[in-house]
Amino acid sequence: MALQDKYQELITAATASAVNNLQVREQDGVLYIDGEAPDGKTKDMLWAVYDKLDPNFLSGDLVMNINVAVSAPVTRAKVTTERSNLNIRKGPGTDQPIVGKAAHHEVVTVVSQSSDLWWLIRTADGEEGYAYAQYLTPES
Amino acid sequence: MAIGFTSCKGKLKDADIKTAIEAALKADPMAAGTMVEVKDGVATLTGECKDEMCKNLCAEIAGKVKGVKSVVNNCSVAPPPAAPVINPEDDVLTKALTDALKDHAGMGFAVKEGKIVLTGEIAKAKWAMLKQTLDKLKSKGYDLTGLTIK
Repeated sequence: MALQDKYQELITAATASAVNNLQVREQDGVLYIDGEAPDGKTKDMLWAVYDKLDPNFLSGDLVMNINVAVSAPVTRAKVTTERSNLNIRKGPGTDQPIVGKAAHHEVVTVVSQSSDLWWLIRTADGEEGYAYAQYLTPES
Repeated sequence: MAIGFTSCKGKLKDADIKTAIEAALKADPMAAGTMVEVKDGVATLTGECKDEMCKNLCAEIAGKVKGVKSVVNNCSVAPPPAAPVINPEDDVLTKALTDALKDHAGMGFAVKEGKIVLTGEIAKAKWAMLKQTLDKLKSKGYDLTGLTIK
């Protein structure tokens, strides 16, 4: 229960901001918080609270998997890499061959969000394959 | 009718007992959600309690109310939350980690007994983003003692 005390402010904030399917449990010295935030702002706020309670997230005793609820499936996403192109791969994994590239800030079609980590996308040129979801920002 | 009248004589009415139990339950935040029905002095509790302790507490509170002969505790206990899903295999986690850290050349990583071990240096903004991705990998937590945030 000690970890729940340490992160109580975070749990309270998640409850107060209507995070759906909120699950908080402790196992082998790690606290797991899962749920679905109503919007990106709520998710950012929760990560800010986490950063405050555990500066730079360095304790390694919390795994927080908060997704943002999507009212409708995402169909368009912008490539938000730092500056480089985004690799499009045959399958979900960096061990998969590169079948194309999406340009930095290019808007692509999201065919399927089959996992949290890899999305199936298609570029305007018709190149289709898997890209790392962290570098894709949904367009409304 | 006459029998009904005499049986109530000198005793508390069920409705009054019910009101008294409800007030007592409401006074305790843990027991506040419990419902009660009273018949012939027997109080029946229903509703959902978060654990056994809460369920027992409800019965205790109801049992102390004047006029209650016995308590039937039909409260249900909420099932415990589902256990977190954890990546069972270190190599599955290592593969996912390889993907996540591909663009972070300055960092070293390993998987040790389901935990993610990170070493090296990373800028705060990048780390904040990376940690969000890593928390999706279903690890057993982290060893970040070798990590420096710039």
